[in-house]
Amino acid sequence: MKQTLYLAWRYLAFHRLKTFILLTSITLILYLPVGLRVLVNQSSQQLTRRADATPLVVGSKGSPLELVLNTLYFRSDFPEPMRYSEAQKVRDSGLARIVPMYVRYHSRGHPIVGTSVDYFDRRELAVQTGRLFTFVGECVLGARVAEALGVHVGDAVISSPENLFDLAGEYPLKMTIVGILAQADSPDDDAIFVDIKTTWIIEGIGHGHQDVADGEAAGAVLSRDGNRVVANASIVKYNEITEDNLDEFHFHGDLSDYPITAVVAFPPDQKSSALLQGRYENADERAQIARPSEVMAELLDTILTIESFVLAGAVIVGIATLASASLVFMLSLRLRRREMETLFKIGGSRANVGALMASEMVFVLVTGIVLAAGLTFLTSQFGAALVRALIRM
Amino acid sequence: MKAQRPPELMSSPAIRIQDLSFGYGEGDFELRIGKLEVGRASSAAFIGPSGSGKTTLLHLIAGITLPQSGKIETNGVELTGLSENARRAFRIKNIGLVFQEFELLEYLTVLDNVLLPYRINAALELTEAVRERAANVAVEVGIGDKLSRYPSQLSQGERQRVAVCRAVVTEPAVLMADEPTGNLDPRNKGRVLDILFDYVETSGTTLLTVTHDHDLLDRFERIVDFKELLS
Repeated sequence: MKQTLYLAWRYLAFHRLKTFILLTSITLILYLPVGLRVLVNQSSQQLTRRADATPLVVGSKGSPLELVLNTLYFRSDFPEPMRYSEAQKVRDSGLARIVPMYVRYHSRGHPIVGTSVDYFDRRELAVQTGRLFTFVGECVLGARVAEALGVHVGDAVISSPENLFDLAGEYPLKMTIVGILAQADSPDDDAIFVDIKTTWIIEGIGHGHQDVADGEAAGAVLSRDGNRVVANASIVKYNEITEDNLDEFHFHGDLSDYPITAVVAFPPDQKSSALLQGRYENADERAQIARPSEVMAELLDTILTIESFVLAGAVIVGIATLASASLVFMLSLRLRRREMETLFKIGGSRANVGALMASEMVFVLVTGIVLAAGLTFLTSQFGAALVRALIRM
Repeated sequence: MKAQRPPELMSSPAIRIQDLSFGYGEGDFELRIGKLEVGRASSAAFIGPSGSGKTTLLHLIAGITLPQSGKIETNGVELTGLSENARRAFRIKNIGLVFQEFELLEYLTVLDNVLLPYRINAALELTEAVRERAANVAVEVGIGDKLSRYPSQLSQGERQRVAVCRAVVTEPAVLMADEPTGNLDPRNKGRVLDILFDYVETSGTTLLTVTHDHDLLDRFERIVDFKELLS
């Protein structure tokens, strides 16, 4: 048998291109359905785990999927914002604890998540170095952001302007890093967390500038009417919040009118959850309430439907490939009839000659199975990271 | 390339055929031989027109096929009464075959081609001594420096020498060559024949050769003309 395997190996090694093509085809055909299944399972787990940990999300009426993707994964287009009063309304109902979210801005491609410190408790996020934000202008980085940007506590990140042509607002804000989170293997690793007021400062509706009562700035004052002061553009606006200028930052108007993208609600029990959802059933209601687990389940249903189509396609292609491989093998046998006759004439038994031919096929099949199993193992090991990377993209 | 033969066998002819009759299932070809003997350590050339049964006779003598009737005794063994497996075992130990088209395996090196009988037959053990013998035989026929090459990298003459090495590496009692020089130029023809006859002379092997080349006949001890044999 050893000699038969040696001859089979020599044949396959000599015809390496043919062997490679056969091996690749068989490996892929075996791997694709299984690997896809593993990947979809891991995607499902990744998506549902976070959704299951987020009971309810309130946001402006529109696509629930967009709302959930933005709130949970900091992805999708910026959803229609709603007023901060919506958060106060949920909180005041006493039916849930809330975490406000404003996910609109970015810094070097990483989402800036405006929220409250309750978010970290709710997501069970631990600080690896430093502390959580206390003041506006401070930020806490997800582990992968810090690694990608090569920054540490005490460094700073600058928000990216959303619209280069908007000269009236959205000036880049330099934010001091006060903490870096431990890796959580979730979208939180890729986010920059700030107090929700910081995002309003990025938006330009909260700002800090020279004190108009200050001697240097006094020349910029155009008019005074009680508390209302109008100054010209020579007044210096701060693009960084420091201990020295912290008191100069302020918000105009009513905070309850300020924008947020979502409110994550954590009802204490089923009854509170049901009551809260009931409050948003009114057709006149301008906000919607979504259950992330249901929204993601719908999305997964769609993915699974697509997966079943892909699997069916893979099976058909697999059958065609195996048929082609069998045909190639049978044609090869015909072409090798003289070789088989020679082997028989010099003393090889028909069983030996048959075993030689079969060994070649078995060798390719077994190697293909081993490679496919190896790829499946790698997928099961690194698929989660791949899924996370795909979710980040 | 010397091989020792049992003394008790040396008294009988290497090939003894009596009242042989063979025909294929279809067609009107029929081979009938009343009596044919070829002595040991001798050389015989089978000549005759194409389709007269020369190659078929070699196959019958080698035990590859069986006649419908008659007796074939090769190296003292009556083949017609043996099973296919027994004939195969006999062939492995007693017969060396050289083909007109060389029939080398393109995916094996020269050395692996020479050792092929040991790789395809479980009855033959591939030992270090066998490897050494194969290398020595290759050196003797002038291809010792080409052991790691593939057949496609050799000339026609070199390929036939590889085929000869493969046939003699098992030290057969009977060496059969079917048109061994049919695909060779005159210089290589002479070289291959020299190798075959040198082997016969030094090993005491019986050489049976099918040939159409009448220029070579004077080198054989015996000429078997199928026109006369079958008449």
